[in-house]
Amino acid sequence: MASLDRVKVLVLGDSGVGKSSLVHLLCQNQVLGNPSWTVGCSVDVRVHDYKEGTPEEKTYYIELWDVGGSVGSASSVKSTRAVFYNSVNGIILVHDLTNKKSSQNLYRWSLEALNRDLVPTGVLVTNGDYDREQFADNQIPLLVIGTKLDQIHENKRHEVLTRTAFLAEDFNAEEINLVIEKRYFLRDGNQIPGFPDRKRFGGGTLKSLHYD
Amino acid sequence: MSFLIDSSIMITSQILFFGFGWLFFMRQLFKDYEVRQYVVQVIFSVTFAFSCTMFELIIFEILGVLNSSSRYFHWKMNLCVILLILVFMVPFYIGYFIVSNIRLLHKQRLLFSCLLWLTFMYFFWKLGDPFPILSPKHGILSIEQLISRVGVIGVTLMALLSGFGAVNCPYTYMSYFLRNVTDTDILALERRLLQTMDMIISKKKRMAMTRRTMFQKGEVHNKPSGFWGMIKSVTTSAPGSENLTLIQQEVDALEELSRQLFLETADLYATKERIEYSKTFKGKYFNFLGYFFSIYCVWKIFMATINIVFDRVGKTDPVTRGIEITVNYLGIQFDVKFWSQHISFILVGIIIVTSIRGLLITLTKFFYAISSSKSSNVIVLLLAQIMGMYFVSSVLLIRMSMPLEYRTIITEVLGELQFNFYHRWFDVIFLTKSVTVLPLLWILSTTFS
Repeated sequence: MASLDRVKVLVLGDSGVGKSSLVHLLCQNQVLGNPSWTVGCSVDVRVHDYKEGTPEEKTYYIELWDVGGSVGSASSVKSTRAVFYNSVNGIILVHDLTNKKSSQNLYRWSLEALNRDLVPTGVLVTNGDYDREQFADNQIPLLVIGTKLDQIHENKRHEVLTRTAFLAEDFNAEEINLVIEKRYFLRDGNQIPGFPDRKRFGGGTLKSLHYD
Repeated sequence: MSFLIDSSIMITSQILFFGFGWLFFMRQLFKDYEVRQYVVQVIFSVTFAFSCTMFELIIFEILGVLNSSSRYFHWKMNLCVILLILVFMVPFYIGYFIVSNIRLLHKQRLLFSCLLWLTFMYFFWKLGDPFPILSPKHGILSIEQLISRVGVIGVTLMALLSGFGAVNCPYTYMSYFLRNVTDTDILALERRLLQTMDMIISKKKRMAMTRRTMFQKGEVHNKPSGFWGMIKSVTTSAPGSENLTLIQQEVDALEELSRQLFLETADLYATKERIEYSKTFKGKYFNFLGYFFSIYCVWKIFMATINIVFDRVGKTDPVTRGIEITVNYLGIQFDVKFWSQHISFILVGIIIVTSIRGLLITLTKFFYAISSSKSSNVIVLLLAQIMGMYFVSSVLLIRMSMPLEYRTIITEVLGELQFNFYHRWFDVIFLTKSVTVLPLLWILSTTFS
């Protein structure tokens, strides 16, 4: 078991966007019944077959680190969170499609996570400005996920989805918009039913997270 | 004619306050959320505007600005509006938003919010019974009745807040209480945290692998559903799933440990920042203020005790007493009337400004700590309610700090309230709160050093 390679993926986003539900869905193939506040960081593990069906098939453990809190936290909390950002292989940015602020905060989240490697241990320093150049040579793959698609009224969906498409472009990332709700999933919880069907926009799949 | 001018001045200032409340709401409170229901923002700004207008009227009273009859009219109108908001509108909307959050009752929102509001009114009314505020001369739905109850709640809140602030302030500012935190402490704790996370991960990996092999072997592990399923799971359970539940329990314990370690590390970082802050010039200044402030708080506690023990209510306000002392004992002669007006204006102004500022800061901190995207509306409305009640009762208590000639308008408008009762009540609550909080903080500080 320990011989399998590990892949560490951060799941970042504002409070209440659905990170814990997403992680639970990916790892347990079940919908989280009673989501509650994430204090600190909660980790879950998913076993994934990379390049399934081909001779290069390899099984990986994907560790999903679900970091709780908000961008506006005290700097002491930010410094504590920074300990989780070491040696990250991929980042999933989660935002709420019904809440514009959570999409705007994604810039700050990504800065917080990526700038970690540039600063020696001590108090975390970020200037908070968004600079597109910083993402140009970024080696860590990013995935933007928008949740709660079902709570947006039909005729507003188009403009919301266009806005999020721009967002994903800024990050140079792949994008998925989805709904995490019970009725979309089958009783037989051992498959991942419906998840590939939820790719409304962007062609990104989980395989893009793999560290090649 | 002058009435029109005065009214227009009042209305302009009210609009200004409204704008300020709106900005504060958008910039500070709702920084991270999106405002979907503008009603909430409007209610908050309106409450803020009318509360500030009350203070403004007091200042005008002292300075003698505006016609006295128009002042009186505006006082009455302001009070009516504020009471209307605090007793009718805000509780109704709080009930409405609470009910909207519960999915079951979504259809009959209005009905249930009315029910909630009626329950609130019932308890609100019952609140007045044990206190000596019922005056048989006035009717049921008069200003005095409502304001007396609002005053009781507000004064309790004020005493709680200031009691807590009185004890917490020196604790935060003074470096005497800061325990020494070094970088190695923080690093050691971080290492423990990461080790715990690694342990959680390895256990979860085992669980995931076990589940995968079970699935591949065809043993589907269904969560026991329903009564029959539970009975079945007691008697027959696959060995794999037994293992899983054991590991799950270990994981739960480890996750709890990781949360504790996270909070401790955050606390250590905060202490380290405070130590660094205390070495700066600003920090030293606040440290000095902290000593000064703690002496003041001790004096206040002492005075509260004396007031209660000796059943004494101050008849004269500090300004007049100060002037008396200077005139009688120090023999300095100066124009009493002129100076008393200015000094009381400054004193009352300082009290008002610091209490508004302190309240807004506390509300913001409180809001950040407990709000989530679902409950933000309800919490903001609760804060608006608290703010309104706080301001109304500060008006009651401020009467104490003003010289006799300026108290007339408050006494006139608010009728025959037993003001002394409120002061006594404030002292009681203040004392009990500080007495209980003080040993608590002492224990906290000693456990960590």
